[in-house]
Amino acid sequence: MVRLEHLNKTFQDNEVLKDVNLSIPRGENAVIIGQSGIGKSVLIKCMVRLLEPDAGLIEILGEEVTRLEEEKLNALRKKIGFLFQGNALYDSMSVRENLEFPLVRNNMAGTKKDLEHKVLEALDNVGLRKTIDMMPSELSGGMKKRIGLARTLILKPEIILYDEPTTGLDPITSKEISNLIISLQQQYHTTSIIITHDISCVEITANKIHVLKDGILYASGRYEEMKQSNDPWIYNFFN
Amino acid sequence: MDNERSNNILSDLTGLAKFTGRVVHHLINPPFENREMLKQSYFIGYKTLPLIAVTAFILGLVLTLQSRPVLVDFGAETLLPGMISVSIVREIGPVVTALICAGKIGSGIGAELGSMKVTEQIDAMEVSGTNPMKFLVATRVVATTLMLPILVFFADAISFIGSFIAVNLHGDISARLFLTDAFTPLHFYDLIPATIKSFFFGFAIGVIGCYKGYTAGFGTEAVGRAANSAVVVASVAIFVIDMLVVQLQHSMEALQF
Repeated sequence: MVRLEHLNKTFQDNEVLKDVNLSIPRGENAVIIGQSGIGKSVLIKCMVRLLEPDAGLIEILGEEVTRLEEEKLNALRKKIGFLFQGNALYDSMSVRENLEFPLVRNNMAGTKKDLEHKVLEALDNVGLRKTIDMMPSELSGGMKKRIGLARTLILKPEIILYDEPTTGLDPITSKEISNLIISLQQQYHTTSIIITHDISCVEITANKIHVLKDGILYASGRYEEMKQSNDPWIYNFFN
Repeated sequence: MDNERSNNILSDLTGLAKFTGRVVHHLINPPFENREMLKQSYFIGYKTLPLIAVTAFILGLVLTLQSRPVLVDFGAETLLPGMISVSIVREIGPVVTALICAGKIGSGIGAELGSMKVTEQIDAMEVSGTNPMKFLVATRVVATTLMLPILVFFADAISFIGSFIAVNLHGDISARLFLTDAFTPLHFYDLIPATIKSFFFGFAIGVIGCYKGYTAGFGTEAVGRAANSAVVVASVAIFVIDMLVVQLQHSMEALQF
């Protein structure tokens, strides 16, 4: 479903991704972990061409992302949801308008009644129907994250990329968001790629963990395997 | 240090030129975001009217009060409305309106897009299948380009009211006589360069504001820098465009076009 081969990305003299190879099958919750600034966010931004990789192959849902024209790229992007680290809610729009925006822009709004139904359904999924007419500035960090998640899910994507979904949240809200990711994944049968360095989020969400270190995929495995790893760096990271 | 600064200015100009090329590409190639363009025109045009009205009124009033004593010394007081109208329509109206818009609209666009860039809202728009160059940038550039000439006409008219009041502070002149005196030295071709440069002023304010916001760096400081440099660069651009249009106008007059 997602295949990366020999992916390379450099910023000026800083070679962030050196030779990344990764394969994620349909339905898997893959977590990519690594230290801050190692290039995890760069990796998923390359997957949706928010950043252009210098070299390598990115194949998602059978399409070679780096070779797609704008129209085909936008069609593919509809099938990929992206939850941004800072939520990226449009702060000049209400919660309702934030959720309507992707539907209207992609001609998926239907009638006015359909649009209302889709927005309310998305809000119910994250338990925040009451916020529909609020502005993003009136929401707490956890609520913003949930609304961001609702907006990501509203186009019913096949793959969701999560960029640090629990960053800046207290442990209880962080656990709630991690559980929400799992329940929504089960409800919509999506494939998830989660970028994080929050070990509790990893424990709750991961089917498989990929460790990014020094620009390469350093190790892969299940949570229990990582926790009992013989590699001192991995052992220290997970314990 | 000087070399570094020169390189930065050059790379900024190159970036601005490339950005302008992309904007023009999106302006001439469909689909067009008409609804968003109308919304931006409303914000940029209608919402700027009160500020333009106050400034233009004071400008007309003060310009008349300051010019009057000199004309009185030469016994040419009756030429005052004509002199003010030519100054305002040809030069002061468009330039002052554009500078006010660079301050209000240019900084607003720079800060808004800068903030959207820093908080990844532009990226979010892009991954949801919306081209931000079309939706955010092209619409704002069209709105500033179309609204500025309208604001200039409005500012010219309000300045005339200010000037009329100032003339009447020292004498008694009817509105009809004032307008006759004001419009006698004006010709239709005085309006053409003023309108043409107003379009260019609007385009420059829109493109520079969007460029500065769109290429803002990271963090809240970048938003302030984007807004600030949008005003500075747009103000300089207004004077450069003004100088070029005036030179062109004089050259054409010399060739008796």
